[in-house]
Amino acid sequence: MAVTATLAEAVEAGIGDGDSLAMEGFTHLIPHAAAHEVIRQGRRDLTLIRMTPDVIYDQLIGAGCASKLVFSWGGNPGVGSLHRLRDAVEHDWPTPLAIEEHSHAGMVNRYVAGASGLPFAVLRGYSGTDLAEVTDSIAPLTCPFTGERLTAVSALNPDVTVIHAQRADRAGNVQLWGIIGAQKEAALAAKRTIVTVEEVVDELPPHPGSILLPHWVVDWVCEVPGGAAPSYAAGYTERENDFYQAWDAISRDRVAFAEWIDANVKGQP
Amino acid sequence: MTTAYATDEMMTIAAARALEGRRTCFVGIGLPSLAANLARATSIPDIVLIYESGTIGSKPPHPPLSIGDGVLAETADTVVSSAEIFNYWLQPGRIDIGFLGAAQVDRFANINTTVIGDYRRPKVRLPGAGGAPEIAASCRETVIVVRHSKRVFVDRLDFVTSVGHGDGPGARERLGLRGAGPTSVITDLGILEPDPESRELMLTRLHPGVDVDRAREATGWPLKVSGRLATTAEPTRAELTALRRLAAGTEERT
Repeated sequence: MAVTATLAEAVEAGIGDGDSLAMEGFTHLIPHAAAHEVIRQGRRDLTLIRMTPDVIYDQLIGAGCASKLVFSWGGNPGVGSLHRLRDAVEHDWPTPLAIEEHSHAGMVNRYVAGASGLPFAVLRGYSGTDLAEVTDSIAPLTCPFTGERLTAVSALNPDVTVIHAQRADRAGNVQLWGIIGAQKEAALAAKRTIVTVEEVVDELPPHPGSILLPHWVVDWVCEVPGGAAPSYAAGYTERENDFYQAWDAISRDRVAFAEWIDANVKGQP
Repeated sequence: MTTAYATDEMMTIAAARALEGRRTCFVGIGLPSLAANLARATSIPDIVLIYESGTIGSKPPHPPLSIGDGVLAETADTVVSSAEIFNYWLQPGRIDIGFLGAAQVDRFANINTTVIGDYRRPKVRLPGAGGAPEIAASCRETVIVVRHSKRVFVDRLDFVTSVGHGDGPGARERLGLRGAGPTSVITDLGILEPDPESRELMLTRLHPGVDVDRAREATGWPLKVSGRLATTAEPTRAELTALRRLAAGTEERT
């Protein structure tokens, strides 16, 4: 049952050291403010799960919060590399980072299995690639009806999923729209769910193409206007493409990165 | 008369031309997105552009910086979840053509976007697979757009992220890959297509002003050249104008 809380309270109660944590949002509705709170509270040894690690996980990895990353595409979209992710994988800085790597189709089907209460999902994928060789959560499977060779991927059930959405009502029903990525599946697959929203309203007006997460599958709702920035919330904010481009230079250098985190994350309320 | 143009412009224009006759295109970001939007702005105004962020029928006025820019959703016919885009739309083979980029390509048009060097101790950690393995497997055909150099066109991939023609004839059938695989690789020097028998990439076209030696020198295996090697048609003024307008629009917006 959803509880309205401050972001600090929700992260304190919902996310512990060593947890597996999914922060979803496919370029849109990325819960950046929540990630910053995780950095401020100094969480360690997290298994970070996300289809597109993006700048949000570059920051968590660079800040030393993670020991493992489960993902399918680790770049800065349209810009280039995630330099903190690369530094961790290539040079163990600031700590070694184990990786578990999939394709997008594999990752999203793992969330579908998790949300469905199944141990695995089936897809036609990975055949002939080296991904199956390096990733234990990919296994071949024969269709019991046709004999076709298919691929199984194990379910993802994160300890905690965090998403950002446009709005919630006072009961904690959450409404989101636009590019909806894997937010619904990631939320339903998780043991605990934190949702940050642009605004809490008395009543949720209908919106074309919106999806709703009922209050009884959400644990914490936090009102955090602009909580997706530099990502965006359709109808509320714009994607800050300038920042994604500026991140390339900031993140390339360990000192510049640390200074940015000190000034923009740790020094903030 | 001809207008001066850059080799990258020739590559993008050649890639846009490769879409002719196709109705639906699954678009990767970067060069593929620019080429797909150029096709929509010039010869194929009604082509359906599908982005892996789940936007179907996007009509952006300018190519977006990321595959999730708001404009892709705002101008789409419909926006679907990640589960739906991969399971309902891509996997069953509904989409005519997929456009992919690559860090490394081998002679059978298999591609690597995962690591340079050893997987566990990489020299360069690349972004990884994203949607590419299933785009390569399930679109009716794929086209790879990439700049031509020995660093990219390698004898042996460091990692097979997405399968093209595997190890040669019959490989796709054996692996259960339903689409036809890469039908061309378009570079800033020319166009390579798989030999119908051996499935090995063969130089079939050179862009104007490029000679065979230059393409050979930029390829990390002994490049086969078609007996019917042709020259790509020069970019038209209309193509160049449309391309420059699109590229300038992207820069303004970022």
